[in-house]
Amino acid sequence: MSLNIKDNEVDIVIAALRSDLTAFMEKWRPFFSRFHLIIIKDPDMEEDLQIPPGFDHQVFTKSDMAQILGATSINFSGHSCRYFGYLISRKKYIISIDDDCLPARDNTGTLVDAVAQHIVNLKTPATPFFFNTLYDPFCKGADFVRGYPFSLRNGVECALSCGLWLNIADYDAPTQVVKPNERNVRYVDAVMTVPVRAMMPMSGINIGFNRELLGPALLPGLRLAGEGKQRWETMEDIWCGMCAKVVCDHLGLGVKSGLPYVWRGDGVDVKGAMESLKREWEGVKLMEEVAPFFQSVRLPRTAVTAEDCVIEMAAMVKEQLGPLNPVFAGAADAMLEWVKLWKAAGSQGA
Amino acid sequence: MAERYGSIPSTPLLKDELDIVIPTIRNLDFLEMWRPFFQPYHLIIVQDGDPSKTIKVPEGFDYELYNRNDINRILGPKASCISFKDSACRCFGYMVSKKKYIFTIDDDCFVAKDPSGKEINALEQHIKNLLTPSTPFFFNTLYDPFREGADFVRGYPFSLREGATTAVSHGLWLNIPDYDAPTQLVKPHERNTRFVDAVLTVPKGTLFPMCGMNLAFNRELIGPAMYFGLMGDGQPIGRYDDMWAGWCTKVICDHLGLGVKTGLPYIWHSKASNPFVNLKKEYNGIFWQEELIPFFQSAALSKDCTTVQKCYIELSKQVRAKLGKIDPYFNKLADAMVTWIEAWDELNPSGAAAEKPNGPAK
Repeated sequence: MSLNIKDNEVDIVIAALRSDLTAFMEKWRPFFSRFHLIIIKDPDMEEDLQIPPGFDHQVFTKSDMAQILGATSINFSGHSCRYFGYLISRKKYIISIDDDCLPARDNTGTLVDAVAQHIVNLKTPATPFFFNTLYDPFCKGADFVRGYPFSLRNGVECALSCGLWLNIADYDAPTQVVKPNERNVRYVDAVMTVPVRAMMPMSGINIGFNRELLGPALLPGLRLAGEGKQRWETMEDIWCGMCAKVVCDHLGLGVKSGLPYVWRGDGVDVKGAMESLKREWEGVKLMEEVAPFFQSVRLPRTAVTAEDCVIEMAAMVKEQLGPLNPVFAGAADAMLEWVKLWKAAGSQGA
Repeated sequence: MAERYGSIPSTPLLKDELDIVIPTIRNLDFLEMWRPFFQPYHLIIVQDGDPSKTIKVPEGFDYELYNRNDINRILGPKASCISFKDSACRCFGYMVSKKKYIFTIDDDCFVAKDPSGKEINALEQHIKNLLTPSTPFFFNTLYDPFREGADFVRGYPFSLREGATTAVSHGLWLNIPDYDAPTQLVKPHERNTRFVDAVLTVPKGTLFPMCGMNLAFNRELIGPAMYFGLMGDGQPIGRYDDMWAGWCTKVICDHLGLGVKTGLPYIWHSKASNPFVNLKKEYNGIFWQEELIPFFQSAALSKDCTTVQKCYIELSKQVRAKLGKIDPYFNKLADAMVTWIEAWDELNPSGAAAEKPNGPAK
């Protein structure tokens, strides 16, 4: 990849849900070491973090967060702690990868530099208005196909890059229980733009985004009543991704999906997944309301920034989804609180 | 959910339910390479160009062949809707077929190899694509959840996991990519060497350029929408036949709640057409498509359009009303669209127009 990536353009935000990050960071060292890392310790975690030397990094703990933010209704525990990292970063691009993921190997056996791939995705245009059947036309060896309108070939800026996972795919609890032994072994060598108005589930496990363009829309909104530390016990990223996609569609920004892959996890805790099922598939049921809502959201022309969009959406969530379930009312409040925090953090300067 | 336990069921051959439609003006030598995969099937060969020329079909294939004289004889005055001196004539093959499924392939497309070196049975993959549901209502980030080894990801609404019936399977090409003339002129040596191991559904509301080189569809569900337009001899445009059919088809599929897949299978596209000749053919298209795309993106069909034919006639009216002002060609095309449906219904009488419910499949 020949794109010029400036070190000072990127922050890597890691939500530490495990205390010993040594193996994780050692494996990522070739790809992380040139960048600044913001490591957020899960506020619920008691043990100290173990971080190997040689990284330019800052760690933020529960007390740091309280000191910087003051009182806030936002709950940063578990996977949501990473949003604190997004808030305090001052960089243009943020890459965030779950701490149970390692670099994957591509079809040639080469380790994948997921950070670089996300940056490439973010720095090359997206093409949301018409689907290119040869996938990313800005990739070397590819282009727009016959029949692709020329006026749409400039593309738009890509604000969000959603990567994938080999080995343990990001399935929900019911699927994990039914297919405990399934492993994702298919390396699909493509990046593509998710078309405008197409909704998708954004997995927070492996993402990159343009913080300057989209920051306020990457928010800890929906918190399940039974939210847990396992990915299948959360919906925070799914909600966040739906918000982000609506904002991108409205503002004419692009969302890409596909490469890079990361290698995820060592096994499926089937017993844990079964326990999660017993808690009545909370997240799964909520999606049935969430999906039609986001598909129908239309933002006013006056909303011209990500903040504007989030504020408008929060009101709609409160009005339309709030009556259905208290977690939605909570999400609406969190979205407004988030914009407040975002503005306050911005006003503190670099 | 996709198959869960142990063995992968084999794909049915569908040899009595599928026709292979091939337009040609040259010869059909390419069929030799496809023999292991195509021999069980009936071929419909549409011979374009000079009807006095004899096209030699390799031995052992079961086929019917139509040249221009046959088309004129069978359709009479309605033959005017079938293009002459353009591979768009292939849609005549769709019309005369009596099968449920069609696979169409160009005569310069050969068997490709996957990254392991194994020959790709493109037809088998198309059948798999058509026999499994599509997912147009919500994008699955792991691509086709009905493929072995994949599934719906976390966050994918359960009520949408039944998917929609797949009407179209759009395959891709290794080697010579399907570029337009300007791109071919700028990048004459570019070859598509990237094997992307994915099948995915084109989301509802999203248009795409449908290439007719390696294409399969459910003729019973969407056949009448697969009109490849007025191209070639005597027409101001060429190389937009499949594009036109694809945009009409996608609008109708979206309206009727049917799915369109793209991706695997790959074929090996061996011949690069002359970019200067292509440029002349595409010239008007390059400008016109700037108007055509917004037209198709905003095309809305009324609730009364419950069959493909009704949808198509409705579209033809909108073509006349909104595109006629771009060029008189579109009035001719709108007429031809109507003629096509009349001819289709004549050759495929009663029961062929199955009512399809509007809106998403529940």
